Amino acid sequence: MSSLILPAVLSGLTMGAVYALVALGLTLIYGVLHIINFAHGSLLMLALYAAYFLFVHMGLDPYLAIPILLPVFFCLGYVLQRWVIAPMSGGSEQNVLLVTLALALIIDNLALYFWTSNTRSVDIPYAYNTVEFLGAYLPLGRVIAFFAALAAAPLLWLFMTRTRTGSAIRAVAIEKRGAEIVGIDVNHTYAICFGIGTACVALAACLLLPTFYVTPQVGYTFVLVAFTTVVLGGMGSLPGALIAGLLLGVIESLCGLFLGESLGQIGIFTAFILILLFKPSGLLGRRAA
Amino acid sequence: MTFTLNRRGLLKASGAAALVSGLSMPSILRAQGQTVKIGVLEPLTGNLAYNGTQCAAGAKFAADAINAAGGIKSMGGAQIELVVVDAQSRPEIAASAVDTLAEAGVVAFTGASASALGLASSQAAAKYDLAQVFSIGTAETIVERGLPNVFRFTPGVNKCTSVALENLKQLNAAAGNPVKTAAIVHEDGPFGSNMAKIMAEQLPQQGIEVVETISHPTPHRDFNNIALRVKASGANILIPSNYLNEYTLMARALRQQRAELMAIYSILGGAASNIKFVRENNDVAQYVMDCNHWYDPNKPESKALAASVAQAGLDLTYDVMVSYATIQVIADALERGASTDRKAMIETLAASTYDGSIMPYGPTKFVNGDNVNSQPVNTQIRGEEIELVFPEEYATAEPVFPVPQEG
Repeated sequence: MSSLILPAVLSGLTMGAVYALVALGLTLIYGVLHIINFAHGSLLMLALYAAYFLFVHMGLDPYLAIPILLPVFFCLGYVLQRWVIAPMSGGSEQNVLLVTLALALIIDNLALYFWTSNTRSVDIPYAYNTVEFLGAYLPLGRVIAFFAALAAAPLLWLFMTRTRTGSAIRAVAIEKRGAEIVGIDVNHTYAICFGIGTACVALAACLLLPTFYVTPQVGYTFVLVAFTTVVLGGMGSLPGALIAGLLLGVIESLCGLFLGESLGQIGIFTAFILILLFKPSGLLGRRAA
Repeated sequence: MTFTLNRRGLLKASGAAALVSGLSMPSILRAQGQTVKIGVLEPLTGNLAYNGTQCAAGAKFAADAINAAGGIKSMGGAQIELVVVDAQSRPEIAASAVDTLAEAGVVAFTGASASALGLASSQAAAKYDLAQVFSIGTAETIVERGLPNVFRFTPGVNKCTSVALENLKQLNAAAGNPVKTAAIVHEDGPFGSNMAKIMAEQLPQQGIEVVETISHPTPHRDFNNIALRVKASGANILIPSNYLNEYTLMARALRQQRAELMAIYSILGGAASNIKFVRENNDVAQYVMDCNHWYDPNKPESKALAASVAQAGLDLTYDVMVSYATIQVIADALERGASTDRKAMIETLAASTYDGSIMPYGPTKFVNGDNVNSQPVNTQIRGEEIELVFPEEYATAEPVFPVPQEG
C-alpha cells in the first residue's frame, strides 16, 4: 500500500485541479456577487456538450475549442444574468436562488430531451497518453488540466485586482449603492462577472472532456465538490479556490486509498465541516479579492 | 394529455426513443381493425432513460414485426397496440403508472429496465391481476414474493453469476488454466455488492484466488487509485460489475496505469455489451468479455431486428433484444389463449412453453415466475463488433482467452 501513496497524492492533485477549475467560476459568482448559482453544474454540462459536438461534428479537439467556447459562454452568462436572472429575481437573493434552480431544471431537462441520457465520450488519439513523474503514470489530460488551473487562477486574480473591470466587480460586491454613485453600471458589471464565471465553466469543460464523459446529469458530479471548494478556499478568493481544489483532490484520493473508494468523499465533507467550525471564512477568505 | 401517434411514423422517428421520452402519459400506437393492448412500462426519463428508451424501441420493433406478419391469428389477426408509459426512473412513479396501464385496458405489460422499478410495478399490478413480463430485472426478490402476475423471462443475478463463473471455468480450462488470481471491482449498491459476494465465495472453488476486492460509489470521478490497486494486486483477471460511465473511466484508467491483465471478464457489465462503449473507446474495449443478456444472432428474426434497428439509427443493445423478446412471449400467450382476459393471460403465461423468441433460451418454463430455461451468454468485443463467443452453439466468433499481450 505504501508504494501507492505517492501516485495517489499526484493523482489527487490532478483531480483537484479539475475541482479548482470548476470552482473558479463559482467563486466569482457565488463569492463575489453572492449569487448562489444552482445552474453552475448545468452550465458545465452544457459546455461539455458544446465541446463534444464541436469534436464530433467539426473534428475540433477539445483544447482547440477553448478560444471558441470561452467567448460564447461569456456571452451566454452575460445574457443570462442581464436579461434572465436579474429581472426575474428583482434584486432579492432568495429569488436569485429560485431563478438559478429553475434554470438548472430547464437546462437539464432540455438536454435530456434533445440529447437523451445517453453517455457520450470522445475518442482522441492521446486519450491514453500519460506523463511519468516520480514513478507514477499521470493521465496527460489531467496534467494539462493541472497546469491550466495553475495558470488560470493567478490570471483571474490579476484581472480582478489590476484591471478597471475587476475593480468595478469588487466595488459592486462590497457596496453596490456606493459603486452606483461613483458611476459604475451595476447591472452591466454583474453581468460581466457572471459572464466571466460562465466562461470559466467552459474552460473547465474543455479541459475535462478528454478524460471524462458527458451526460445530462454530469454537472452534479462536480458541482457539490465545487461549492465545497469555494467555501473551503474562502468565498471569492481565486487563489483560495485553487488551493482548496488541490487539497480536496488529495484528501479524497488518500481517503479512497485507505478507507475504500466508497468512503473517499468522507474526507471532502469532513474537511468542509472542520473549516466551517474553525475557520468559517475559509483558507484565504480574509484576503478575498 | 394523451398522444395518439401513428405506429410506423413513431417507429421511423427512432425515434421512438427520444420522442416518447418527453411524454409522461401513455402514447397509444393505433392499428387498423381489432386490436389488443400491451403495456410498455419503462423509464423514459431520469437516470435510466437510455435503457428505458432502448427497451421501448425494442417493444415497438416486436409489435411492428408481429403485426406485419398478420397479428394475433387466433384472434382474427388482431393487431398489437402498445401503450407506452414512463416510469421516470422512480419506483413510486412506476407503481402509479400501472394504474394508467390498467385503465387503458392492457392485457399484460413489459418492463421495467431496473429491479427497483419492476418490484414496485409488479406489486401494483397484482391488484389488477395484470401480468408483468420482466424485460430486465435481475434482483432475485422479484421472483421470491410469490406474486402470480410476475413472469421474469430473462435470467436473474444468481443464474447470471453462476453461469458466468462456469463459463469462465471452461474458458480457463481450455486455455490450460493460466488464470490463478482475480480482482473484483464493483459498484457499492445491491447489484454490485451481491455479485461480489457470490464471486468471492465461488471463485476459490474454481481454483481462482480473489486477491483484491474494491467497491466504489456511483457516480465515481476517478479510477486511477482503483487501477493502481488492481495493478499492485498482481491479479491475472479483473471482474468488474459496474455501470456504463464508471466502466468507461475504469477501462481508461487501467490502460493509463499499464495494468497487465489476461482478461477483463464482466458479469452484466454496464459497458462491455454496449456498442457505444465499443465505438467511443475502441482501443481499450478490445477483447473485453461479458456474460450478459444477448439474443441468438443466428435466428432470422434476430437478423431482421438488427436490420430494423440499424435502419432506425439506433444502437442494438441487449435492452432492445430482451424487450423485443418479452413482447414475443406475450404475443404467443395471446395466440394460445385467444383471450384478453387478464386472469386468463396469467394462466396462459404460467403454462408457456414458447421457444420462438430471439433469445438463446430453451422452451419457456416459469417456476414461481422465473423462467428456468433462460440463460446469459458470453460476448466479446472484437474490432468494431460485439461477438457472441460462448456457448459454442450460438457463437459468431471463437473466444480469445487470455487476451494477447501487447508488445
